[in-house]
Amino acid sequence: MKAELSITRSSFIENAILTIVALLIVGTLILLPLLVILHAAFAEGVKVWLASVTDPDAQSAIWLTLGVTAIVVPLNTFFGIATAWTIAKFRFKGRTLLLSLVDLPFAVSPVIAGLIFVLIFGRQGWFGEGLIERGIKIIFGFPGIVLATLFVTFPFVARELIPLMTEQGSEEEQAALSLGATGWQTFFKITLPNIKWGLLYGIILCNARAMGEFGAVSVVSGHIRGETTTLPLHVEVLYNEYHFTAAFACASLLAGLALVTLVIKTIVERNSSGSWQ
Amino acid sequence: MEAAHFVIFVDFVVPTLKSQLKTYMKLTFKEKSILPGFGLSLGVTVFSLSLIVLLPLSALLLRSSRAGFSGFLETLSQPRVIAAFKVTFSSALQAALINVVLGIVVAWFLVRGRFPLKRLVDALVDLPFAMPTAVSGIALTALFAPNAPLGAFLAQHGFPVAFTPRGITLAMIFVGLPFVIRNVQPALADLSRDLEEAANSLGATRFQTLTRVVLPLLLPSILSGFTLAFSRALGEYGSVVFIAGNLPLKTEIVSLLIITKLESFDVTGATVLAVALLGLSFVSLFLINLLQARTAKYFGN
Repeated sequence: MKAELSITRSSFIENAILTIVALLIVGTLILLPLLVILHAAFAEGVKVWLASVTDPDAQSAIWLTLGVTAIVVPLNTFFGIATAWTIAKFRFKGRTLLLSLVDLPFAVSPVIAGLIFVLIFGRQGWFGEGLIERGIKIIFGFPGIVLATLFVTFPFVARELIPLMTEQGSEEEQAALSLGATGWQTFFKITLPNIKWGLLYGIILCNARAMGEFGAVSVVSGHIRGETTTLPLHVEVLYNEYHFTAAFACASLLAGLALVTLVIKTIVERNSSGSWQ
Repeated sequence: MEAAHFVIFVDFVVPTLKSQLKTYMKLTFKEKSILPGFGLSLGVTVFSLSLIVLLPLSALLLRSSRAGFSGFLETLSQPRVIAAFKVTFSSALQAALINVVLGIVVAWFLVRGRFPLKRLVDALVDLPFAMPTAVSGIALTALFAPNAPLGAFLAQHGFPVAFTPRGITLAMIFVGLPFVIRNVQPALADLSRDLEEAANSLGATRFQTLTRVVLPLLLPSILSGFTLAFSRALGEYGSVVFIAGNLPLKTEIVSLLIITKLESFDVTGATVLAVALLGLSFVSLFLINLLQARTAKYFGN
């Protein structure tokens, strides 16, 4: 047995070369950019960082981002659960078509995702004139940002749940139903506990993208300072005005969000590998 | 007699027909299931998908039809547009190819390598997914700009990165790398070592085992990682615009040109570019999928 294993087990030197090359790739391409953000954010000390983050424009950008996320994430969580339940638990005509349509926002450039809402609600768009007459502002306003973010984050929850729910099958639900449970009881007491880790991860990913979306929001926001600049847009504005330390300070908040996302992902994966297998 | 016939027909035949029709329709549309909520969840899915995704996307197609064939031709033959498409597609292709090489190495390390902090590296791999693109963009620029240590070093050795097409490729490598790693990693982990041992015991060298046994088996997952990285790179905007320099004809990507057209109130031009970008990316994805089906057939799976 031992002799057999040693054939596929790489030698010490091979392993050392592999490790060095892999660490070099991950180090320069992934770790170094992260460290640069943190370094540049605190280059002028914690005080300057704090001042940049508590600046009124930065504060309104943070609140705008949180507001958009508070609307988008619950909605897309609800839609994602419904989509996953439909696609994973039933076999019907058009199922594969529906599955690929759900993924569509992933295949569309974020800039195009913003553009389509300009075509509908913008000044030269379908409803443009009617909206201007009534004084309703969708493009260059809060509703436009919400719509564009809804579009780009639409697939996240469903994408996490569909493979998981398909793999779990529906025997447990069928047992609950045959023992007299109602549909909703079955969902809340059987399905939801089974998918909770996958659901949590889907929500976390959806949340990270909603807070960090740049391209789509950039097209519909109009960059009105203190009004329609979300946190990523605020970073862009500061950067283009050569306020590098402030830009990186705000970017460090978003980088922190990314790190928290990764930590939760790791925890979720550890927990789920225990309960599913 | 006639009346009795009628009663039998109404009381017996009609309901039977009705229920048979119902089960027939149900069976053809949807397989039987005792789980409830199909109507409700399908309704919510179709409603939200149409309202959030499909209707807005159809606006793009309808609006572009207003440009007409001549409008399409006129916009797409502008030198600046042609240059933008060339830069975008060639950078995306280069980035995806480089990602295949780098991704296989990192995936190999994550599955087969021995290193105490491997789990940390594994967690870090997803950072480009989780990081907002604008943040990645300014971070890469800060690293590879000519006034940064690393950027200056590379520029002095005849390899300037930021504000050249290489910068665009670099940003696309950054956003695409996790796709290849996360596709190859599980396939490599599932790979039975018996095959490698068999090849080895039959006299194959390690190199032969890798190129003739392992890589062909990994090919489907490598291809799907390549596809995802390529398609992400084509549409990428946030991480590219900061490092690209955005010089028309040289380092301007299609996504940026769409925004530029929109800002100069050329909505039709922006729409034409968007449709062309979407169309070309779907065509290339289709071709890669075709290739994938071919290789799957060739290797008999």
